[in-house]
Amino acid sequence: MSVEFVEPPYVDSGEPVISARDVRVWYGTTRGAIRAVDGVSFDLAPGETLGLVGESGCGKSTLGRGLMGLLPQGAKRDGEVWFKGREILGMKAKDNYRLRGHELGMIFQEPLTRLNPLMRISDHFEESIKQHDPGATKDAIRARALEALRLMGIPPTRYRSYPHEFSGGMRQRLMIALALVLRPSFVVADEPTTALDVLVEAQIVQILNDLRRNFHTSLLLITHNVGIVAEACDRVAVMYAGRIVEQGRVTDVFENPQHPYTRELLRSTISLNTTGLNFIPGSPPDLVDPPDGCRFHPRCPDAMAVCATKNPVTLDRVGGGRVECWLVGPHEQIPPGGTQPLKQEELAVADEA
Amino acid sequence: MPTKPEATPTTTGTGPIIDVRDLAVHFGLRGSSLARLFGRDAGTVKAVDGVNLTLARGEVVGLVGESGSGKSTLGRALLGLAPATAGSIVFEGQDLATLSRRRLRDLRRHIQMVFQDPSAALNPAMTVEEAVGDALRVHGMRSAEERRVKVIDALERVGLSPVELFLEKYPRDLSGGQKQRVVMARAIITGPSVLVADEPISMLDMSVRAKILQLMLDLKQDLGLTYVYITHDLASAKYFCDRIAIMYLGRIVEIGATEEIFANPRHPYTKALLRAIPDPDPGRQLPRDLPRGEVPDAAAPPLGCAFHPRCKEATPTCGWESRDLRTLVEAHWTRRSPDEYGAERAVVGDIDHFDKPATSTTLGAQGAPAAREFLDRVRIEAPDDPIWGGIESITDDGSGVRVHFHEGIDPALRRAGGVEVACVLYPETSTEG
Repeated sequence: MSVEFVEPPYVDSGEPVISARDVRVWYGTTRGAIRAVDGVSFDLAPGETLGLVGESGCGKSTLGRGLMGLLPQGAKRDGEVWFKGREILGMKAKDNYRLRGHELGMIFQEPLTRLNPLMRISDHFEESIKQHDPGATKDAIRARALEALRLMGIPPTRYRSYPHEFSGGMRQRLMIALALVLRPSFVVADEPTTALDVLVEAQIVQILNDLRRNFHTSLLLITHNVGIVAEACDRVAVMYAGRIVEQGRVTDVFENPQHPYTRELLRSTISLNTTGLNFIPGSPPDLVDPPDGCRFHPRCPDAMAVCATKNPVTLDRVGGGRVECWLVGPHEQIPPGGTQPLKQEELAVADEA
Repeated sequence: MPTKPEATPTTTGTGPIIDVRDLAVHFGLRGSSLARLFGRDAGTVKAVDGVNLTLARGEVVGLVGESGSGKSTLGRALLGLAPATAGSIVFEGQDLATLSRRRLRDLRRHIQMVFQDPSAALNPAMTVEEAVGDALRVHGMRSAEERRVKVIDALERVGLSPVELFLEKYPRDLSGGQKQRVVMARAIITGPSVLVADEPISMLDMSVRAKILQLMLDLKQDLGLTYVYITHDLASAKYFCDRIAIMYLGRIVEIGATEEIFANPRHPYTKALLRAIPDPDPGRQLPRDLPRGEVPDAAAPPLGCAFHPRCKEATPTCGWESRDLRTLVEAHWTRRSPDEYGAERAVVGDIDHFDKPATSTTLGAQGAPAAREFLDRVRIEAPDDPIWGGIESITDDGSGVRVHFHEGIDPALRRAGGVEVACVLYPETSTEG
């Protein structure tokens, strides 16, 4: 019935598609370097979805763009990112360029600003496919494009339409189809539903959720909405002030958060079960000069003396995943008296994000 | 931990503070210059189309809906910022819809608005002191000294203390939450009794939303405010509102007490909205039966009930029409290969005439049998689509068939249980005499 793509023979070797080790990204400013991402490590298995959550200004988007090689001038990156056995951070810009689209895809927040208003949808597809496969015939391009659209629920009758003729949700589905038509094995989706209505958002979440079945794509889903993570992701990484403070399976992390930031972030989310308003006092730190020790300690309700002086150690979480918090351990490394509650400075009511 | 306070009893006076009757706000479309030349009407967008709403003193009423539901236009109409085409908005015995601009400006001291995007709502060239005090200047307070006293009081009320730190700041120096606090200070400084808050927290970070909602609750308590809370976020509306009005395409489709709406949602749209909210509880299953499509074009709303094209519970008389047939056929084609699509497209022929709303339309270019066969194939793939119930008959017509739909009913708001619902399914005939 439907056209089958010539699927590259997929072997589940248990190897991660993407494997980041100690990734760092700085932005140079006149005040000094902003350490937007500061030592992040994670793995992403084939067909797996990793949700990246945290407040604004925690480095989520910077990490996503850094992996793609889409950072602005003046940004520096360091560390290692292994993609299918190749290290891509140290790669030449030209090689990196060749990888994008074909192997690494990106879905942006506001689809209308990413589509050319003067180009028909067919032209968008033609352009991206031709770029990577110059020999493709018009018919082959059409067949591939229609198949990608079909999976996104966009009828073939709309193939020759212009971007403005589509509704917001359709445009975002177009963006996803455009990113996936080249069959990348790794896709970064940066807040793909933030500009959409509730019902349309739910439709897109469903589509992202089906990605692993339809395309076997690994997805890094950047969002500030923990609800979307719970519904669309296998694993979650909680980011605070440039570091992943806790990561693991969504069910484990959300049911039993080990890091106080994860717990407070979940508690401050207004859901249908909210019976009282909770919030995290203060705001994420200035990343030119982040706090010593654990970066969350000035806002942490459970902060101990050690938190303000020593950097926390990354540990394996109970139930899988990793966490870095002195409350979890290692207890033998806490200096004597280090477990005393920390005397916190009073935070002003309006000191907030 | 702050918990939800009880609704404050009425402070002064009795009866509703605002009474909206049959309000309509229509916007004329400009259309093409050629159409204007020939005097053709480009049509109107019925942003608000016959809304009744009463606000009791001290109450929080939520207007909930997707973009294009008319919730913001209704909110703006309450301040006279969107001109009423018909109907009345009575505030303290005066009809806002008929007041002159001058009188309206005086009245706005009592009804204020908080906008969605605090960065856009603040003038980047004004300091916090100027921005907040400007409202007083507009309303005739000439003395800068007097204004300053009031500004300091307002800033303290919204939690921007120590005030000296903020008075000389520009919006660019403030965080999103702080900017929204400045916007709130500017809104309360004229001593209003009603505050219309249009998505006040949706542009803010998750961790700040609860703080701003708490601030709004505190202000309500301290100043005896009445709120109209406009949002697309049912979760915050559930916590924040006493009553909720669900809006769809310019109409209120369900209105009632918050507890009742959430405990027992009646309108299929309300049910869909409730199901669609992403929930951080990992044990929850992803909803699979979401309404298809998006909010339709308000310039050409669906016939009958505006929600019927997306409704899972639609009945044969909900207003089925030619555009629904297009949606059905196009959805069918998303399940076909390009070759099959090409062949079927030839059978169906032109589908652009479906875009003109009609309760009877033609389909087919290669004769009636082929067209009937095509429709049968569509039906086999989507047998549960409610549109099939809406088709009254299919007759042969020219090169194809003519599909006749049942006449649709445009449901009015009716009492059902403790709420009012605009849906043909309510009230259930068994419970109503």
